[in-house]
Amino acid sequence: MSGRRVVVTGVGTVSPLGSGVATTWEAAVAGRSGVAPITRFDTQGHTTTIAAEVTDFDPLTIVDKREARRSDRFTLLALASAVEACAQAGWSEGLPHPGQRVGVIVGSGIGGLSTLEAQLKTLSERGPSKLSPYCIPALMGNAAAGSIAMRLGARGPNMSTVSACATGSHAVGEAARLIRDGIVDAAVCGGSEATVTPLAVGSFAAMGALSARNDEPSRASRPFDTGRDGFVLGEGAAILVLEEASAAAARGVSALAELAGYGASGDAFHLTQPDPEGTGAIDAMRAAMADAGVEPGDIGYINAHGTSTPYNDKIEALAINKVFGPGGPAVSSTKSVTGHLLGAAGAIEAVFCVEALRNGVLPPTMNLDDPDPECDLDHVANAAREVQVEYALSNSFGFGGHNACLLFRRTSA
Amino acid sequence: MSAQAGHQGQISDVTADQVLGTMRDLLVDMFDVDADKITADASFDSMDLDSLDLVEVSVKVEDAYDIEISEDDLKDVWTVGNAVEVVLSKLQQTADA
Repeated sequence: MSGRRVVVTGVGTVSPLGSGVATTWEAAVAGRSGVAPITRFDTQGHTTTIAAEVTDFDPLTIVDKREARRSDRFTLLALASAVEACAQAGWSEGLPHPGQRVGVIVGSGIGGLSTLEAQLKTLSERGPSKLSPYCIPALMGNAAAGSIAMRLGARGPNMSTVSACATGSHAVGEAARLIRDGIVDAAVCGGSEATVTPLAVGSFAAMGALSARNDEPSRASRPFDTGRDGFVLGEGAAILVLEEASAAAARGVSALAELAGYGASGDAFHLTQPDPEGTGAIDAMRAAMADAGVEPGDIGYINAHGTSTPYNDKIEALAINKVFGPGGPAVSSTKSVTGHLLGAAGAIEAVFCVEALRNGVLPPTMNLDDPDPECDLDHVANAAREVQVEYALSNSFGFGGHNACLLFRRTSA
Repeated sequence: MSAQAGHQGQISDVTADQVLGTMRDLLVDMFDVDADKITADASFDSMDLDSLDLVEVSVKVEDAYDIEISEDDLKDVWTVGNAVEVVLSKLQQTADA
């Protein structure tokens, strides 16, 4: 570790649980599900007809009509989250750092899929002359990072991570590295996803990855439960503002938490299945702790990747037990209420870790009625747990064998 | 905005004022441009519209009048009036064909 420490000074989200961190956190702690029948398209013919949609988002509260037309939904969700995070960091009146000292790393697992689908329809039905000139700039996966930088005047390194369901965690971790390496003094980072579309829902279902518990939407995402049958697709964005600790302190801003460690690894095993020994996940968790200079016994809470797929949860539990042994940390998966935000999952779960440390409350895994004996963990099952922990770990594991873990330390009194 | 705004009477009878009206409706609807600013002399630049915006507007205008506007047709289009002239010329070509 370098001498430069990284703190979180702002968080923002637009999620299936609501717009804003306060609303989203309150719902997560209460165990209120954001999963419901899909409204964004006609689900006739689909085996899965439920998702966790963002339902209360009006892009015109964030951008003008022109920018809304030019942007895919995933970019607009990210922009709204960035505006909230920057306001909390005290950046509303402008950047507190020179523009070139502020980086932006915001990723998306898939990018502007709804734009792609709509334009493909235009292409096939009306021909190439009717394609929108905004098609490419809207659908490209780096559009959110570029748009956020333009909004803020952030001229430091600007890029997007793409690592499926680990995208958001990689974005946050790599942004922290930019700060620790002295490349920038602050970074806006996170992930965004808006893929509740016919192609994504149909294709994930074709893989057998989605829950088909259509009759009980709020009970469909049930990580670590014996009755789990796949993940529930979610949409949304989450953004964190990271700053070098002394720079944040110098301008009198209190840290929400410290980003104390980041670990990443690759499975090098299978594109969609986790390594059955959990080796990649284990390596990433250990790397995050080593980065922070802490031991397994220091970790009080893990926000699990916990997708509610049979295989992920079993292997993640195995990996956690190998790393932490008996009496390990409390574990929950907030995907039980948010669904799986894919490229935004790691980012929103990082926000949950920050809020857990700040509030002394661990959000629950809902629908954990019959814990799978192969997922033997200290579950925060079905009700939030009030306990003040010092370190919280967020796990993200993506298709492609991408593993990224973020370790947050409590800073509040 | 009604995409049919241009279909008033016979296509060959469409006047410059009608096309201007169609353009005004489109620009207000698509970009929230102040309707009072949309005159024949107004440049697209003054409305903060760039070349990509112009392409998108042209696709809507094509639909409204059932004409084809090429990239080449747009190269000398700077003002709303220029665009109206392109539309009228295309309509004339259609009527002559």
